Amino acid sequence: MARMKFLCDAERCIECNGCVTACKAEHDVPWGVNRRRVVTLNDGLPGERSVSVACMHCSDAPCMAVCPVDCFYRTDDGVVLHDKDVCIGCGYCSYACPFGAPQFPTNGTFGLRGKMDKCTFCAGGPEPHGSEAEFEKYGRNRLAEGKLPSCAEMCSTKALLGGDGDVVSDIFRTRVLARGKGSEVWGWGTAYGRPTQGGGAQPEVKK
Amino acid sequence: MNRITASALAAVAAVGLLSACGKAPEAPAGTTAGKADKPAYQGAADAYMAQGWKAGDKASWEQHLRDRMQGQNEYARTAVKQ
Repeated sequence: MARMKFLCDAERCIECNGCVTACKAEHDVPWGVNRRRVVTLNDGLPGERSVSVACMHCSDAPCMAVCPVDCFYRTDDGVVLHDKDVCIGCGYCSYACPFGAPQFPTNGTFGLRGKMDKCTFCAGGPEPHGSEAEFEKYGRNRLAEGKLPSCAEMCSTKALLGGDGDVVSDIFRTRVLARGKGSEVWGWGTAYGRPTQGGGAQPEVKK
Repeated sequence: MNRITASALAAVAAVGLLSACGKAPEAPAGTTAGKADKPAYQGAADAYMAQGWKAGDKASWEQHLRDRMQGQNEYARTAVKQ
């Protein structure tokens, strides 16, 4: 398996915030912390587009590079996780992250900034899989349960895809071929390349 | 003799300088300054495990997830129904 990735199809996202709700509910994410959010561009104007954004589990993650206490690690599946027992809540990762993924609970005494919290690709953290300690610190570990991230599996329009980067790219490519547009977007070919995993059934292209 | 020594020293210096240009190796997966993490295919000790794969068997976990990923591909779903 390649690296786990999210891919949000801006042509399909309807800004329902179902992914945000699924994430909050699945992991009991505290008030004020949003591991995932929906960003809308040109809101209310023709051509409005929405994209669901969370940690993108970068292959060369800047948060890992800047962390002064080396609390981040990458799993065999390419998921970027961190150890909350090592994190000191300094916030360097939030400055380094281009997606605004690192979140800091601020509802403690005197608005104290707590330890960093972010999307785990529903892969928990460095505690025994499925344990109470893991849930309390990082939320559910759906990957270890044989499931995909809750946000992607709950997405009503399947705009948000999650899984092996090669497979989700193939699924997205199939859609682009079916609707006849999308591949003209700058950088699309560079980012998603050529099919490598088969990508399932080929669509009937309308004539 | 001096020329050979100078050449050897130059070669060693070149290797030393060029070694700084390489990319630092990534830390092995699952390691951090803190605790180690087990791979996901080892399974979770809770009541919510999905059916259809065996915990600890990496191949079955990967195949199970691949099948689940195709659940996001409605073109594959409609092809199955036809």
